[in-house]
Amino acid sequence: MLRPESEAELAEMIRAAHAPLAIRGGATRGLPLPGEALDTTGLHGIRLYEPGALTLVVGAGTPIKEIDTILAEKDQRMAFEPMDHRALMATQGEPTIGGVTAANISGPRRIQVGAARDHMLGVRFVTGTGDIVKNGGRVMKNVTGYDLVKLMAGSFGTLGVLSELSLKVQAIPEAEATLILRGQDMRTAVADLTRAMGTAFDVSGAAWLDASASDGGGERRIRVEGMAGSVAYRSERLADLLGADHVATGNQSAVLWQQVRDVTPFANRPGTVWKVSTRPSIAADFCGALTSRGIAHSVIADWSGGLLWLSLDAEADTQDAGAAAIRQELARYGGHATLIRANPDIRAKVATFQPQPPALERIAAGLREKFDPRQILNPGLMAPL
Amino acid sequence: MQMPVPDPRILSQKDALVGALRKVLPGDAVISDPAETRAYECDALTAYRCPPMIAVLPASTAEVSAVLRLCHLYGVPVVPRGSGTSLAGGALPTADCVILGVARMNKVLERNYPDRFIRVESGMTNLSVTGAVEEDGFFYAPDPSSQLACAIAGNIAMNSGGAHCLKYGVTTNNLLGVTMVMMDGDVVEIGGAHLDPGALDLLGLICGSEGQLGVVTEATLRILPKPEGARPVLIGFNSNEVAGACVRDIIEAGVLPVAIEFMDRPCIEATEAFAHAGYPDCEALLIVEVEGSDAEIDEQLAVITGIAQRHDPVAVRQSQSAEESGRIWLGRKSAFGAMGQINDYMCLDGTIPVSELPTVLRRMSDLSDEYGLKVANVFHAGDGNLHPLILFDANTDGQLDTCEAMGAEILKLCVEVGGCLTGEHGVGVEKRDLMTHQYAPADLEAQMAVKDVFDPAWLLNPAKVFPLDTSDARRA
Repeated sequence: MLRPESEAELAEMIRAAHAPLAIRGGATRGLPLPGEALDTTGLHGIRLYEPGALTLVVGAGTPIKEIDTILAEKDQRMAFEPMDHRALMATQGEPTIGGVTAANISGPRRIQVGAARDHMLGVRFVTGTGDIVKNGGRVMKNVTGYDLVKLMAGSFGTLGVLSELSLKVQAIPEAEATLILRGQDMRTAVADLTRAMGTAFDVSGAAWLDASASDGGGERRIRVEGMAGSVAYRSERLADLLGADHVATGNQSAVLWQQVRDVTPFANRPGTVWKVSTRPSIAADFCGALTSRGIAHSVIADWSGGLLWLSLDAEADTQDAGAAAIRQELARYGGHATLIRANPDIRAKVATFQPQPPALERIAAGLREKFDPRQILNPGLMAPL
Repeated sequence: MQMPVPDPRILSQKDALVGALRKVLPGDAVISDPAETRAYECDALTAYRCPPMIAVLPASTAEVSAVLRLCHLYGVPVVPRGSGTSLAGGALPTADCVILGVARMNKVLERNYPDRFIRVESGMTNLSVTGAVEEDGFFYAPDPSSQLACAIAGNIAMNSGGAHCLKYGVTTNNLLGVTMVMMDGDVVEIGGAHLDPGALDLLGLICGSEGQLGVVTEATLRILPKPEGARPVLIGFNSNEVAGACVRDIIEAGVLPVAIEFMDRPCIEATEAFAHAGYPDCEALLIVEVEGSDAEIDEQLAVITGIAQRHDPVAVRQSQSAEESGRIWLGRKSAFGAMGQINDYMCLDGTIPVSELPTVLRRMSDLSDEYGLKVANVFHAGDGNLHPLILFDANTDGQLDTCEAMGAEILKLCVEVGGCLTGEHGVGVEKRDLMTHQYAPADLEAQMAVKDVFDPAWLLNPAKVFPLDTSDARRA
C-alpha cells in the first residue's frame, strides 16, 4: 500500500507507478477497485478556516468527522450533508473529504443547496502523469478559466488524485422541523413532495420511505430549517396544505434525515442496492414498471422523488440484479442508475455506472486519455477498459 | 489587444464558404456584406473591435450543426455569440471568423412545475425565462445586471452570476442539462431534468468554458418558487472598513440574505446626482435584502440591524413599502449608468475572500492615487465579488492605457490576497493575458487539454481565455 504524506510525495508515487492504483480515502464505499491501494489519509489537516468568509481549506485525506467537529465549534456545517456509507455497505474506516468530493456525494438537502460539487470552491490534484494542478480557489464566485473543480467532483479519482479541497460552508440554522405523514402510497406521497417543493416555504428535505423501509405503511417526511419563528410558520403552513400526523423538531428531526441520508433502513436488508437519479414526477411509474417486469424491491425516495434507493427483494436479486431492465426503463424516462451494493458475482457482470451514449463516452475517454494516459488511476471504474 | 493574424487561406475561401452556408441556411441568415458584418464587430467591451468575415443566424440545432460541420470542413474559426453583452470581450470576432449568433433561437420548449424545470432555446434572454414562468409563481434565479438583454447561451458560456446568487448560486448551480453542438457538427445531450450526472460532470465543465468547447443550443434550467416577499434595508457607514466588517459579521451570524450590495462614496455621489435615490451622505453603504413572509422578514432584519448597530452606522433605513424598496434598489441598479454619464469607465470583476475586503479597498485607494485615476466601487459584498469602476477619459491620450495598467494591478492584488481575476464576467480577451498570474503552466495545460478533447483544431472562440503565447502551438 502507498500512503503519501504530502502532495509532492503523492506526485512522486504516481510518476513512479507502472501498474493500476486503487485510490482510496476511508475505503467506506465498497467500490470494486483492483490494483495497489493508494491511501490518501496522509494528506491530512485543516489548512485554513475562515468562519466569517464561510470557507474551509483542507487536505483531501482529512476525515469528515474532524471537519464536522471543527465546523460545529463555530456553529457551521457542510450544507450538502454528505452520506456516510458505512451502515449500508457494512464497511469500517473513516470517510474522508477527498472521497466525498471525488464521488460528488450529497444528502437530502441536495434539492435546496446542491451536492458536493456546488460547495467545492477549489481543488488541488495530481494527474495520472504526476503533474500537480490547481483549479478554482477559495472565493465564492470564480469564472477564471475552465471549471475543472466540477470535472474533478464525481470523477472518482479517474482523472487525478485530489490532494486539497477548498469548500464553502454554512451556518447551522437555529431550528429545524419535519412534518411526518404515514400511510400514503408512493404516487400520492411524491405528488405531495413535489407540491411542497413548489411552495415558497423553502423545503430542505422531501422524502418517502415505503412500508418495508418504515413503520406504518409508508412514511412521508418534509423538512424546513431556519430561524425559529420562520420554521414554526412554514411548518404550520405546510401542514395546513399537505397534512401531517406529527411534527418532529430539533434532534428528533435530525435523526430522521440522517436515516434518509445514510439509507440505513436498507442496512439490514441483504442484497443489491441501486441508486437511481431521475425526474420526481415519473418515480411512481418507473417503480411500477420495474415491479411489473418482476423486479420486486423496496424503495426510499429522496429529493422529492428524484433520487430513488432500490433494495431488491431476494427473488429479483439474480442474474444482473435487474440492471438491464432498470437501465432500459431509465433510457425511456430519463436518468441513470448506479450500482451501490452487490455481491461479487453481480459486480463482475454489471457496470457500476450506467453506460453513456457513444458521443459522451468518446468525450469522457478523451479526457481520461489526457489526464491519465497510462491508465493507472482507478482504471475501468467509470467505463470498461 | 493582440489578436492572431488573420489567415489569408481562410479569407480567400470566403466566397466559397458563403455559398456553402447559403445552401444550409435561409438567405437572410448568412451575412457577408462588410457593411452588415460590422454590426458584430464588438460586444459590450467596446474598446476592442474587429468585424468578422461572415455572420450567421441559425434558427435551430440542426442549422447550427450544419454551420459547424461546414466551418470544420473549411477549417474556419467560429465565435459563438448570445446577445453580445459580454464585458470581457467573450464574443470579440477575429477578421477570419464566422460569428454564430443564437438570437433566432428563442423559444420555450417545455415547462414542468412538478419537476421544477424549464427547457429553452439558448437565445432566450435571461429575463424572458423568468417571464415565461412568473405567472405560475416561479422564477429563474441567476440575475446578471444585463438580464434584460443577455442570452442564456452567454450566461452558460460565462457561468453568469448576479446580485441574488449569494442565496441561489450562479448559472452552474441552476443548470440541469444542455443540447450542445460540437465543432464537428455532432449533437450531444448532456444532463437532463434529473439532478447529478451518473458519469463525469461534463455539464459543469461546459458551463463557464466561454463557448470554446461547443455551441449550446438548448438548456434545461432549474426554476424556483417565488418567495412570499422581499425587503431591503439600507445601512450607511463612516468608512469602507467598517462596512466591510459589518458584512463579515452578518455572514458569520448565519442569516442568509439573498443579497448584500456595497457602494462607496464616489459611487453614492454619482448615483445620487443621476437617480436621486435619496441615499444618506456617508462613506459606504450596504443594501441587504432578505426574503420570506412579513414576519420572517422582520425576524431576519432584526438580527441584521442588530449587527449593524454594533458598527456605529450613520443611517439604518428599513424599507416600509414596495415603493421605498424600489427607491433603495434604484441607486444600485442605475450605478453603472450613472458612472457612464460622468465618465468613461472600465468595470473590473475580481473576487476576494470577504475577510480581505478592508485591505483591498484601502490598497485600491492607494493605487488610485498612484495612477491618478478615480475608482468607484459598487459590488456584491456578500460573496466578495468586487466591481471597481476605474474612471477615465477615452479622449485624453494615454488614459485608456493608464486605466488598463491600473486595472491589471487591481486584479493582481485580488489574486495576491487569495482571490481571482474574474467572479462572473469571464476571462474573454480582457483578462486573457493575466491568466499566468493566477495559474501556473501545469494549471493552464490541464485546462487546455480539455479544449483539445472537445475541439482538437482549436477553432471555437479563438484567442480567448488562454494567453496567445501559451496556446500558439495548438492553434497552428
